[in-house]
Amino acid sequence: MSTYKLDYLDQLESEAIHIMREVAGQFERPALLFSGGKDSITLVHLALKAFRPGKFPFPLVHIDTGHNFQEALDFRDWLAESLGEKLIVRYVEDTIREKKLKEPTGRNASRNALQTFTLLDTIEEFEFDACIGGARRDEEKARAKERVFSVRDEFGSWDPKLQRPELWNIYNGKIHKGENVRVFPISNWTELDVWNYIKRENIALPSIYFAHERELILRDGKLLATAKGVIQQEETDEIVTRRVRFRTVGDISCTAAVESDADTLEAAIAEIQATRISERGETRIDDQVSEAAMEDRKKGGYF
Amino acid sequence: MDLLRFITAGSVDDGKSTLIGRLLYDSKSILADQMEAIERASKSRDDGEIDLALLTDGLRSEREQGITIDVAYRYFQTPKRKFIIVDAPGHIQYTRNMVTGASNCQLAVVLVDARHGVVEQTRRHSLIASLLGIPHLVVAINKMDLVDYSQDVFSNICIHYNELAQKLDVGEVTYIPLSALNGDNVVEKSANMPWYEGEPLLSYLETVELDHDENLTDARFPVQYVIRPQTAELHDYRGYAGKITSGIFRKGDTVTVLPTGETSTIDAIEVAEKHFDEAFAPMSVVLHLADDVDVSRGNLIVKSDNQPVVSQNVEAMLCWMDTKPLKVGNKYTLQHGTFRTRCAVREIIYQLNVNTYEETEDVESLKLNDIARIVLKTAKPVSFDPYDKNRVNGGAILIDETSNVTVGALMLRKEAI
Repeated sequence: MSTYKLDYLDQLESEAIHIMREVAGQFERPALLFSGGKDSITLVHLALKAFRPGKFPFPLVHIDTGHNFQEALDFRDWLAESLGEKLIVRYVEDTIREKKLKEPTGRNASRNALQTFTLLDTIEEFEFDACIGGARRDEEKARAKERVFSVRDEFGSWDPKLQRPELWNIYNGKIHKGENVRVFPISNWTELDVWNYIKRENIALPSIYFAHERELILRDGKLLATAKGVIQQEETDEIVTRRVRFRTVGDISCTAAVESDADTLEAAIAEIQATRISERGETRIDDQVSEAAMEDRKKGGYF
Repeated sequence: MDLLRFITAGSVDDGKSTLIGRLLYDSKSILADQMEAIERASKSRDDGEIDLALLTDGLRSEREQGITIDVAYRYFQTPKRKFIIVDAPGHIQYTRNMVTGASNCQLAVVLVDARHGVVEQTRRHSLIASLLGIPHLVVAINKMDLVDYSQDVFSNICIHYNELAQKLDVGEVTYIPLSALNGDNVVEKSANMPWYEGEPLLSYLETVELDHDENLTDARFPVQYVIRPQTAELHDYRGYAGKITSGIFRKGDTVTVLPTGETSTIDAIEVAEKHFDEAFAPMSVVLHLADDVDVSRGNLIVKSDNQPVVSQNVEAMLCWMDTKPLKVGNKYTLQHGTFRTRCAVREIIYQLNVNTYEETEDVESLKLNDIARIVLKTAKPVSFDPYDKNRVNGGAILIDETSNVTVGALMLRKEAI
């Protein structure tokens, strides 16, 4: 009997593939939201397992804030090209110009919130009915509450009190026109699971996930990448050169680096296993504004 | 490594959050910054005590009211096993959320306050665990510190609970006396209860036998999606993508496609473009059949020598999850795996009182959180196994045809006469 048993990573993988195929089976115009970060790279790998030798039944869609790491953008283009899959990029910059949006200014200003506008416009433009994303429940406590199939109204809003019951592995993707569903195939994965899977499957990642020398801004004890026009320098900022890596890859303006010597996958995994600080706590600046920051953004249409 | 999904049901008063907090804290799964955030949030409360419930209650309204409303998922691991804690609400008005949480779990921890013994809530939570077919049940008798760690109190509760368990179809039951607040028998064996010979909760969770939970007898494969590249070199490629919900499929097996009844042979089993001689639940695979039979999403492929019930008249236990009542004669969409069909409620056989287990007949409608035995008539035949034999192929949902919301959870039992 015991030979017919799946290891936990195989169980998580199978669950994620099943969810992706449900998207393909239930929706007319799905999309996979791709950021160039490790979670969305993992999603692409899972999509290969779910649909090859066929083509993906969805394009990769990137909402580019204009504040991305160049390494992540290069990786994104290389990946789409080498897989022969369709990539759609839409720019927050364009939304700001067209809609005359006011960009947040001042300390720790970020375009993270503005991304939502571009995302909703893109959903409307292509009439996407489902968007697959790489969010995980272990990241943050509002995420811990969200369903795998998360139905959003025509404004993209999440209503945590009106979530559909989600039983066994039955996913109800029936929606009205104008609504869409956010789908999270790796909901049940932890940060460490993602890293272990990347190692097991030998998945390529952008170089900034590994230790490298870099010029950085030291602000409030956090190390921010220097980038012209993205981060306004302040008098108290100190410019330093350190050996660092990025534990998450988001916007330059709200993703901090960690000092590290981990230049291989093994070393990076060892570092994550030993850490006493959570992924978002260490590297995300935008979650720390209030106790319910993420819940509020999700209600506004954010992922 | 193994993965165990378990549910804890209860309200703050039972010490559920304290217990989860204790498991996470003692297994070093709460990280420093998360702990600081809790300390910060605790300070803004009146009592100033560190409140581990803040770890699990993720929504603003939950924190404000101090109750769990919806299911939250927490993750931790020990050197022996990985765990997913399904943290579900215990209040009766959130029964549907507990049912949602329980559906995927292999184990349930039912919390009993040692001072109060078996109460209404214990009966309700045990019933849901039994209805959803959770194979392992832990009765965690908490707050033993408040009854002087008395063996008599513990034994009496066990006897009392055992009577209740007789009335239910529950799997294996394990009783553990503990104090979540002080950590007695949670991770470490308690020095305060030398009379208790069993294991602490965490050791039990780490070692409980899970091998027999997966149904490896009844081979079932719901087709999710057909892979057809239609390129020059893969012109004839036609693969049926899906997840094996139970049993084992082997190359060469004679299979039947339901509900059409066409038969064929498994030509190849593929996982990520690699070929295998066999595959088992819960693997996601691609099946190839030898013959050109009609197969599409919603079909169920089974081994021909072991077939499920195929019927348009289904008797089931139902948990009603909508504020709009269910009435006899109403029509809904039924979703069973990847298969959807319209159905009508033919009859409510009886309604089950979740607290007393009394059955009431002559019921014409059900309201939110009601549980009942019903008969459905479906437009197309459903290919199912009785839920107690096969949780995945025995479960289904009802969808409201105008709102599209999931309004009912069905545990399919048998063909109705």
